[in-house]
Amino acid sequence: MLNLTNRSKVVVPTELTLMERLYLPAILKGMFITLSHLFKRKATVKYPEQQRPIASVYRGQHVLKRDDAGAERCTACGLCAVACPAEAITMEAAERKKGEENLYREEKYAATYEINMLRCIFCGLCEEACPKEAIFLTDRIVPSSFTRGEEVFGKDKLVESLQERVDVTKRQTQEVLAFKQNKKHKHNQTIQDKLIR
Amino acid sequence: MEGMLMYKIILAVIVFAVTLGAAAYMTWGERKLASWFQDRIGPNRAGPMGLLQPIADGLKMIFKEEMIPTHSNKWLFILGPSFFMLTACLTGAVIPWGSGFNSDGIVYPMQIADINIGLLYLLGVVSIGVYGIMIGGWSSNNKFALLGALRASSQMISYEVAMGLALIALVMMTGTLSLGEIAQQQDAGYANVVYQPLGFLIFIICAFAETNRAPFDLPESESELVGGYHTEYSSMKLGFFLFAEYINMFISSAVMATLYFGGYNFPFQHELGLEGNTLVILQTSALFIKILIFIFVFMWIRWTLPRFRYDQLMNLGWKVLLPLAIANIFITGLVMFFTGKLS
Amino acid sequence: MSLTEIAFYVLSFLAIFSGLAVLFSKNPVHSVLYLIVTFFSIAGHYFLMNAQFLAAVHIIVYAGAIMVLFLYVIMMLNLNSVQEDKIATWFKMAAVGAAGIFMLVVVSLIAKTDALQASTPMAENAGLIENLGKVLYQDFLLPFELASVLFLAAMVGAVYLSKKELAN
Repeated sequence: MLNLTNRSKVVVPTELTLMERLYLPAILKGMFITLSHLFKRKATVKYPEQQRPIASVYRGQHVLKRDDAGAERCTACGLCAVACPAEAITMEAAERKKGEENLYREEKYAATYEINMLRCIFCGLCEEACPKEAIFLTDRIVPSSFTRGEEVFGKDKLVESLQERVDVTKRQTQEVLAFKQNKKHKHNQTIQDKLIR
Repeated sequence: MEGMLMYKIILAVIVFAVTLGAAAYMTWGERKLASWFQDRIGPNRAGPMGLLQPIADGLKMIFKEEMIPTHSNKWLFILGPSFFMLTACLTGAVIPWGSGFNSDGIVYPMQIADINIGLLYLLGVVSIGVYGIMIGGWSSNNKFALLGALRASSQMISYEVAMGLALIALVMMTGTLSLGEIAQQQDAGYANVVYQPLGFLIFIICAFAETNRAPFDLPESESELVGGYHTEYSSMKLGFFLFAEYINMFISSAVMATLYFGGYNFPFQHELGLEGNTLVILQTSALFIKILIFIFVFMWIRWTLPRFRYDQLMNLGWKVLLPLAIANIFITGLVMFFTGKLS
Repeated sequence: MSLTEIAFYVLSFLAIFSGLAVLFSKNPVHSVLYLIVTFFSIAGHYFLMNAQFLAAVHIIVYAGAIMVLFLYVIMMLNLNSVQEDKIATWFKMAAVGAAGIFMLVVVSLIAKTDALQASTPMAENAGLIENLGKVLYQDFLLPFELASVLFLAAMVGAVYLSKKELAN
C-alpha cells in the first residue's frame, strides 16, 4: 500500500503482563494524578468580582455618539447596515423639523435605529463604514436577557445619554482617523468629491 | 427499661437526622471535590464556600414540576423511590456509632439495635435495596429505564455474592455476626484490615458496585442510558433516588470503618488517660473521621476512573472477585488452623 | 391481645392475601411483587418465633436474590400480555392430584400439631444462629454436607447445559 506519510506505525496488540493485568497499579497511578490536581492553582475566574483583562480595542456593545453640543451625529445614511455582514442593523430615516437643530446635527436623522444583538458578531465593520463617526463599539458587555425581543437594542439603549457620555477615544486611534479621511475609499467620499470626479 | 426505650428512640432519630444531614452535605462535598479535581472552584455562591448549596438544591428539587408518565403504573412509580430511600435509611440501625456512655451507672450503648445477626441484617437490607431501582425502572415504561433496572439487578446479584463471601472470612476470624462485638474486638488487637487485606479489597470493590458509584454506575450511566432507571423521574422523586445514593455511600463507609478499620476505636485510646464519657465522644469523632476518609475515597475514585464496560463488570464480579473471595476464605481457614485459633 | 398476637394476625393476613394475589394478578410483574411481600411476611413470622437467622437468610436468599432473578427474567422477556398456553388435560389432572396429596399431608399435620408440640417442646432459643450452627454441624453434619453436594451438582449441570453448544 502506498504510504502517504512516514508517520504511520504498525500496531501489534501485545499480551498484558501480570502487573498490567492486575490493574491496581495503573488505578493507583491515575488516582495520584487526580490527587495532585487538588493542590493545583484553580483556573476559574470569579466573574463579577474578578474580571479578565480585555484588549484595549475590545469590541462590545455599540454606542451612537452625540457631538459636543449634544446633537445626534447619525444621519441614517445606512452605510453601517450595508456593511454589516450579519444584517443586524435596521433603521428608518426622517427629516429634521424646525426647532430640532439642537437634537440632530444634520437635516436627516435616524427616527429608529435597531441593532439585533443576537445577530451581531461584533466585527466592527459598522464603525469602519460610518462616515459621520456616529457609531462606535465600546468595551461594555451586552447584558443577557430572558427574551429574544429584549436583545434587539433600539435608540433608547444605543444613543449615549447627555449626562453620561461614553468615552470612545480608545477606538479613535490615529489609524482609524486616517482611514476615515482617506478619500480613496468610496464611503468616505462626500457628494462634492464625487462631483469633482 | 422505659428509659432505655426512650433513649433508643431518641438515638434512632439522631442517627436518622445525622445520616440525612451527612448525605446532604456529601452532595456539596462531591461537587466541591469534583471541581477541585478538575482545577475548578465549585459551588461558591450560596453562602460562604457554597455551604448553603444543598439547601438550595433541595428546595429546587421540591419545587420542580412533578411528572408521572401516562403509561406508567402510578403506584409502583411512586413506590420505587420511596422503597429505595427506605432501604438506604434502614442500615444505620445496626452500626455502633461509639461505645456506651455512662450515666448514673447505666450504660447507654451508641447503637440502635445490637442484634446478634447484624451482618446478616446488613446483607439482607442491601440485597432488597435493588427493588427500589427495579420497580422504579420497570414502572416508568421506558426502555432506557428498564435497561437501567436490569443492569442494576444483575450487577447487585453478581457483587453481593463476592461481598458475602468476603464477609464470611471476616466472620470466621471474629467468630461473631454482631457488628457491636466486631467493633469491640478490634479494641484489643489490630484493626481487622491487617488480617484481612484481600477481604477488605474485595469488600470495598463490592461496596462501590452495590452503591452504584463510578466506575460501576452502569445502571444510571448518563451517556448510554440517558440516566438509566431514573430517566422518567422528576422533582423530589428523582431527588430521592439521587439522595439515597449518598445515604448508601455514607452507610457503606460506616460499615467499612466498623468492620475493617476498628470502628470507633482509635490507636492509643487507653493511654490518653481520659474520663469515660470524654473518651466516648472522642471515639465517635474518630469513627466519623474514618467515615469521611472513606467518603473521600469514594469520590476520589469516581472522578478518576472511567466507567466499566458491561462485560468487564460481569467478568470482574464472577471471574475475579468470586474466586479471590473463595481463596480468601480458604487461606483464612488454613491460617486459623495452623495458628491454633480454630478451637 | 398482646403485641405479638397482633403482629401474628397482621402478618398472616398479609401472607395469605398476597399469596392469593400472586395467583390472581394478571400482570406477571405484579405477581412477583406480591410474592416478595409474601416472603417478607413469612420472614416476619420467623422473627416472631425468635428464629432471627432463618428470617435473615430467608430475606437474603429468597427476597434478595431469587426474586430479583425472577423479576429480572420477567422484565427482560417483557411478558405484559397474558398468553394462554395449551396445557394437556392429563397434566392439569396430575397437578390437581399432586396438590390434593400435599393438602392431605398439611391437613393431617395440622391435626397432629398439639400432640407434636407436647412431645417435643421447642427450646426457647433454638432459632438463634449459635444453636442452629451447633445442631447443623454436629447432629446433622452428613445431610448438611450432602445438601451442599446436591447444590454443586445442580450448578455443574446448569453450566453444562448453557455450554452445550460449545461442547458439540
